[in-house]
Amino acid sequence: MSEVKNKEKVEISAQEHASREYEAGFVSDIEADTLPPGLNEDVVRHISAMKEEPEWLLNWRLEAFRHWQTMTEPHWAHVSYPPIDYQAVSYYSAPKSMKDGPKSLDEVDPKLLETYAKLGIPLREQEWLAGVAVDAVFDSVSVATTFKGKLKDAGVIFCPISEAVRDYPELVQKYLGTVVPAGDNYFAALNSAVFTDGSFVYIPKGVRCPMELSTYFRINAMNTGQFERTLIIADERSYVSYLEGCTAPQRDENQLHAAVVELVAMDDAQIKYSTVQNWYPGDENGIGGIYNFVTKRADCRGHRAKVSWTQVETGSAITWKYPSCVLRGDHSVGEFYSVALTKMCQQADTGTKMIHIGKNTRSTIVSKGISAGRGNQSYRGLVKIGKDADNARNYTQCDSLLIGDKSGAHTFPYVEVKNATATMEHEATTSKIGEDQLFYCQSRGISEEDAVNMIVNGFCKDVFNELPMEFAVEANRLMEVSLEGAVG
Amino acid sequence: MIKIENLHVSVGGKEILKGINLEIGDGEVHAIMGPNGSGKSTLSNVIAGRDGYEVTQGSITYKGKDLLEMRPEERAWEGIFLAFQYPVEIPGVNNTYLLKAGVNARRKHQGEQELDAMEFMQLVKEKAKLVELDQSFLSRGVNEGFSGGEKKRNEIFQMAVLEPSLALLDETDSGLDIDALRIVAKGVNTLRAANRSIVMVTHYQRLLDYIKPDVVHVLADGQILKSGDASLALELEERGYDWVRAEAHV
Repeated sequence: MSEVKNKEKVEISAQEHASREYEAGFVSDIEADTLPPGLNEDVVRHISAMKEEPEWLLNWRLEAFRHWQTMTEPHWAHVSYPPIDYQAVSYYSAPKSMKDGPKSLDEVDPKLLETYAKLGIPLREQEWLAGVAVDAVFDSVSVATTFKGKLKDAGVIFCPISEAVRDYPELVQKYLGTVVPAGDNYFAALNSAVFTDGSFVYIPKGVRCPMELSTYFRINAMNTGQFERTLIIADERSYVSYLEGCTAPQRDENQLHAAVVELVAMDDAQIKYSTVQNWYPGDENGIGGIYNFVTKRADCRGHRAKVSWTQVETGSAITWKYPSCVLRGDHSVGEFYSVALTKMCQQADTGTKMIHIGKNTRSTIVSKGISAGRGNQSYRGLVKIGKDADNARNYTQCDSLLIGDKSGAHTFPYVEVKNATATMEHEATTSKIGEDQLFYCQSRGISEEDAVNMIVNGFCKDVFNELPMEFAVEANRLMEVSLEGAVG
Repeated sequence: MIKIENLHVSVGGKEILKGINLEIGDGEVHAIMGPNGSGKSTLSNVIAGRDGYEVTQGSITYKGKDLLEMRPEERAWEGIFLAFQYPVEIPGVNNTYLLKAGVNARRKHQGEQELDAMEFMQLVKEKAKLVELDQSFLSRGVNEGFSGGEKKRNEIFQMAVLEPSLALLDETDSGLDIDALRIVAKGVNTLRAANRSIVMVTHYQRLLDYIKPDVVHVLADGQILKSGDASLALELEERGYDWVRAEAHV
């Protein structure tokens, strides 16, 4: 779709630019920063060296890499795609300079701009999203600086993880890989070996993070690469709300994404992690599109800790993602609220895992799946109650909504209970947007397309209510834009 | 207001309406009565534009326009309203929100300014009183968890807000207890106006005790077999439908 065209355009302009630079007598060093395709120990060493990492991290990466080599790609998910050639991927590419991007919005694919406009994204932000090299970036940097000052005053550390490795090595070493071990699964092992950047957050004891970590993140989200690594630590009695992603379709040249997110919540700490994912889904025939293989896990390490995952997933060709909570501390709470939309040829296998270990632990799962076109999706959830998890409670609700007759929805709930005091509730529904519902709305003067939007947004309401305010509004609009033309 | 000529309608290849002729003038209240399966609901659904009904012959002219050419929402914009026999639940969609979208889509179509949230709330509160609908219903999901009677009251409330030119009440009295029936009838009577025609589809005379029709039609076997004034309904109540059939087929 638009994304591909846009990419071509960017490349052309980059070439033009490069040749012009050459004429002027400059030599671009961009090529030197990009590794040739392929993955071996030297590549891992090279990445670590480029980042000037300490030896322990290099060793950790190498161990992950060696482990990865012994593993095979998982194929239990209800998705299908052609084999991925991991040797055809380039694992390190230095961030592209802004000057290689389009010079103004006039050079950006109009279709992409149209989508931005529909989503109501301000012009300045559109420029940033499309990678336009303009002064707007300077504005953003200054905004980011203001935020940084405020966070610093509160004692909050929020920086790229590569920076944290340099500035707070003991914190990173203490927590990295403790929630998602390097060899946890195929994609996590790959990520551990070759991750290039991501975010690091540390909220000290008793601190309530003074702002949602969102705007700043958006500004810094560019070029974190396809193997992103995020580590968030909320120390005792602290609180943080973290927002990842963006409603706007983002330009990205990498097809394979394998991110890892680790959350650690100590006694009485609370982490709210919200995601809006709208990566390029591929075209109507399923060509192109991002493969999103993510490992997200939270460890409620302390008593009374609480972690909420809220996600709105509308993008990517393939989504493989199960944000999970390990409820280790007594009275700890895990929540998962999810809306996933698959249309055209998109496939999603997503859900959560709630592992109850501590006593009196509680978990809530609310999953809403919407399939349109030839979209296909599965909810896959595991609720595990350990033998010592007295009085554990889980409530699971998964609802699927089908639009049209070529879409599919599947539910795979797994339950493992080893403690007789557990209370489990499970509700599941599958419904179609009824002809009667549509006609009812139409007979009140609402067009069919608006009626579909209204019904879908109503269906998602329980989850949208969990999103931070500004994002809930954006999520509504995102659903509307995503569903355009999905009816009939 | 509306003129139906020789209307033939099939559903799934089966002919349900077999040549309906019906004309309703401005401000008139008509009752369409008939036994089960006679095509009463089919007629109101066809007028409102529901999918799945194939018009094989005939025409419907509404305010001088060809009604059958219009999409359901266009018919709503032109002032047609259907109170459903079985109002549909739409979970998570706020009752007021649905109505506001409907009202404003119509205003937009007519080139009027859309109502803002404040103006709309005022309108809605005023109309809710008409059918004694508790304010808490306004913010609930559309018909979500409503009792049968509440759903029917909600339909008349919507009619009050949308202010149609032609209202079709499809078995609005079914499932109502006597108190609810009185409330609904009172609402409808308040909405009677010189520029508003009402068609009541019903099995029973009982609704007509509260809402006096100008004309009563008997629909049976896909045709209007007999028309008369309000006294016809009483006669039907007493004698059933068979004599009408017998009379018509002689």
